[in-house]
Amino acid sequence: MQSHILSIILFTPLVGALILLFVPKESKNAIRWIANMFALGGFLISIPLVPMFWHLVKSQDTAQFKLIEGSSNNWIPSIGAGYYLGIDGISFLLIMLTTLLGWISILSSWTAIENRVKEYYIWFLVLQTSMLGVFMALDFFLFFVFWEAMLVPMYLLIGIWGGPRKLYAAIKFFLYTLLGSVLMLLGILFLYFHHHTVTGVYTFNIPALYQTAPQIPFQTALWLFLAFFIGFAIKVPMFPFHTWLPDAHVEAPTAGSVILAGVLLKMGTYGFVRFSLPFFPQVVTDSRVRGWMIGLSIVGIIYGALVSLMQKDMKKLVAYSSVSHLGFCTLGIFALNSTGVSGSVLQQINHGISTGALFLIVGILYERRHTREIAEYGGISNVMPVYATITMIMFLSSMGLPLLNGFVGEFTILQGAFTANWRWAAWAVPGVVLAAAYLLWLYQRVFFGTVTNPKNEKLHDLTPREVLTFAPLVIMAFWIGLYPKPFFQILEQPVNQLVYNIQENSKPKDAVNAQATTPAPEQVPAAPAKAPARGKTR
Amino acid sequence: MLPMVELAIFALGILLIDLMVPRQWKWMNAAGALLAVAVSALCIYQIQRLSPRGGIGFSNSLLVDRFAIYFWYLFLAAAAIAILMSVRYLEIENEHHGEYYTLILLAVIGMMCMAAGLDVVLIFIGLELMAISTYVLVGFLRRDRRSNEAALKYLLLGAFSSGIFAYGLSLLYGLTGTTNLVLMQRALVRIDTHNPVVVIALLATMVGLLFKIAAIPFHQWAPDAYEGAPTSITGFMSVAVKAAAWAMLLRILLWGLFPLRSIYTPIMVFVAVATMTGANLAALTQNNTKRLLAYSSIAHVGYMLLAFVAMGSSQVGSPGFMDGLKGILVYLLVYTFMNLGAFAVITSLRNRSVIGDELDDIAGLYQRQPVEAVLMLFFLLSLAGIPPMAGFLGKYYIFLSLVESQHYVLASLAVLYTLFGLYYYLKIANAMFMRQSIETERLPVSLAMRVALGITALATVVIGMYPEPVIQTVNWSLGR
Repeated sequence: MQSHILSIILFTPLVGALILLFVPKESKNAIRWIANMFALGGFLISIPLVPMFWHLVKSQDTAQFKLIEGSSNNWIPSIGAGYYLGIDGISFLLIMLTTLLGWISILSSWTAIENRVKEYYIWFLVLQTSMLGVFMALDFFLFFVFWEAMLVPMYLLIGIWGGPRKLYAAIKFFLYTLLGSVLMLLGILFLYFHHHTVTGVYTFNIPALYQTAPQIPFQTALWLFLAFFIGFAIKVPMFPFHTWLPDAHVEAPTAGSVILAGVLLKMGTYGFVRFSLPFFPQVVTDSRVRGWMIGLSIVGIIYGALVSLMQKDMKKLVAYSSVSHLGFCTLGIFALNSTGVSGSVLQQINHGISTGALFLIVGILYERRHTREIAEYGGISNVMPVYATITMIMFLSSMGLPLLNGFVGEFTILQGAFTANWRWAAWAVPGVVLAAAYLLWLYQRVFFGTVTNPKNEKLHDLTPREVLTFAPLVIMAFWIGLYPKPFFQILEQPVNQLVYNIQENSKPKDAVNAQATTPAPEQVPAAPAKAPARGKTR
Repeated sequence: MLPMVELAIFALGILLIDLMVPRQWKWMNAAGALLAVAVSALCIYQIQRLSPRGGIGFSNSLLVDRFAIYFWYLFLAAAAIAILMSVRYLEIENEHHGEYYTLILLAVIGMMCMAAGLDVVLIFIGLELMAISTYVLVGFLRRDRRSNEAALKYLLLGAFSSGIFAYGLSLLYGLTGTTNLVLMQRALVRIDTHNPVVVIALLATMVGLLFKIAAIPFHQWAPDAYEGAPTSITGFMSVAVKAAAWAMLLRILLWGLFPLRSIYTPIMVFVAVATMTGANLAALTQNNTKRLLAYSSIAHVGYMLLAFVAMGSSQVGSPGFMDGLKGILVYLLVYTFMNLGAFAVITSLRNRSVIGDELDDIAGLYQRQPVEAVLMLFFLLSLAGIPPMAGFLGKYYIFLSLVESQHYVLASLAVLYTLFGLYYYLKIANAMFMRQSIETERLPVSLAMRVALGITALATVVIGMYPEPVIQTVNWSLGR
């Protein structure tokens, strides 16, 4: 059953970009309408994916990847690369997040972008396609093409429409992320060649590489893990690879920041879940490697939060808070149990929603006042009540207040970390407290009190368009906060299978046979599967 | 009939016609040269069709195999694009002479001999024919001091290196008693490789070869010659002359001197690392786009040399060997299009008042010529090896061959140098997209230039998106 829904979702934005090429650049409003139509269309087209995927989840389909498209050998047969798409629960959620945030950020740019409108939307739509491709690709070559292709539009978005230090930030972003990806390329090539030496077949097919990669001896696998690790850690970004992030975020236009925080950073964590864990089970379960990973995550959580406390620039504050939040995500991943991993994936979605919203919030003030200095503001809730309310909801969501999405994710991650080692959870918990501190303090300084700066007295509240950009995010925040069960159900099968495979493959065996790598989910130990629903009952 | 013969006839014909056509009809020369390329390509196609297994001719000095045919097509493609780039440029420079096209065609003849030579004498003659033609072409802007200086420098260093090269070849002849590469290989298998004369002969030969591909430490001529030469010739030199030098290098080192590979491979490691390091570092600080691209082209040679190292240190026919060889051929092909494209954009910047090769001249190009700017971005990304552009395919094969031959350190070094590469290519991109232009006048881009840009851009993008035909072609060219 070849359905083409993935390809349709993937290429809708690109078609929009191609159509925009033929629109004269003077008719700015026509360009905006077309771009928004395609962005919204891209989101609407992805909605039928939900019932389709849900049906597959419910039908106990045991295949790891669903809605497979193409084959592993139809693009460049000479080297064994194919246009091969497929999704599981993890990538499904991230794809939905991408289409949603893509639409929202394009909608939010309506008035923010005034010059070179046409190219802006073209590059944005190209970016959208390449991000979706990263989450859909089941072929390493295809994956790498999308992974790299994504850098170019982002570089231009930062570099052309960015702030005063845009050149520096754009180049730094591009170089840093390229450093990671070229090392990853070597890792990919090694796995590819290793697959050939074992089986005699050249292929970039990821499910096929899942079979052979775990057999690589530990010492070699450690180097490979490092090659992939640097690529993903820069993207996440994990401490100490995070230095590009504040620059890129501060200089990027609002919509760019939303996408950067909401989707691009998730590619790093997605890479860990999709590649690092299943490819190198022996390495990730090794206590030293795991200790480092957990250690860097915890340092990231605390460091990001502490630096956020000190920021004078709102956008920089949100950027550093991302470092802290993503630390939770990596912590959950390297807890290496299903609670931790599913919490981590859910937290990635949550972070996309809340931090995306936070950047939009900052962007709205910036558009009105052209400054992001916290000291410039005060008492904004008096002049912009609707804005203040939405901001409060998103701040609470971001700091992990129960009933909102952040809580569910962070709680599940901490629970997973606690199960693995209670000390890890204990070290990470201050991050939650600090998050409350920097966000509430920020809120107090910006929104409470009387209007201190006369320039702020005439600020107008949100326009209907701006409310529309926030509406889906608020709805999602409440939905995940109140009823996260469907999300965990979607994640259950892939995460359990992942954790099971890691445990199976990391056992010292004389010969790991290929059969051990694809178990049916029924065989999975049942205990952790129920755990996630607890978020609601507390 | 060999394609060289057609080219020679047309080359001489253009000289005659040039005397008769009036000034405003000088583009006829270019048309004639393009016709020559087309006829020659047709002739190669006939050879390929009639004798699919190739053939040996001229008392075993010329070998027309698929390897040679691959390179012949490559030279013709590069020549055609360079001719298209030249028409308008020469008019602006007021140097529109038929000799220009004659010299390009003669250079191509020389290149063809280099790629198809089975005898070092023929290879050397081809090399000299190509080199002398390009010396003149570099100095073609007679009224421009930079052009003259470049030509003189290139001539002196080139002649010197040719001398060393000839010396090496003569020593090899003395050692083996033959100038035929196949016989030379047989003789060298039996020879004692510890003999210092063998080493000297090898080293002298390698100096000549490395000079021609502009590898460090024999690269000093390249930046000056590239900067001073007419931009269209810089493009032509950086791809076609380089491809010919590589064909010659592969012929000599992989055929004739193959028994000595345990000696030359370690040297190549050193040269490759030095080339990548030196060129990438030097390119970082350049503010002249032609000079920057000159250093970048040296850096690309470094990557290709790495593939050569991978070949030299793995078994013949093993994945590392084959992918290294494919890597070099693929790289030369994609490099031809992307680099010529980049030079085409720079050539189109040449205006009545602006020379157009400084970074400031390209600043804000996006506002003036959005299409050219975007195409230039494609070329630059391709040069940096960012997928889905064609340049990635070359890098892919080279890194793969290094992984397959277990040169992990070299592979890591190579990928790290791609970051340097990206940085200096982005310098150009930054200038084009993110700075304001000094000039506001739109550029007079001729039809021929549009065609050249179209072909190169299309090839760069299409090969990147769908590389299968190119890989098939390269596989074919390496088959029997």
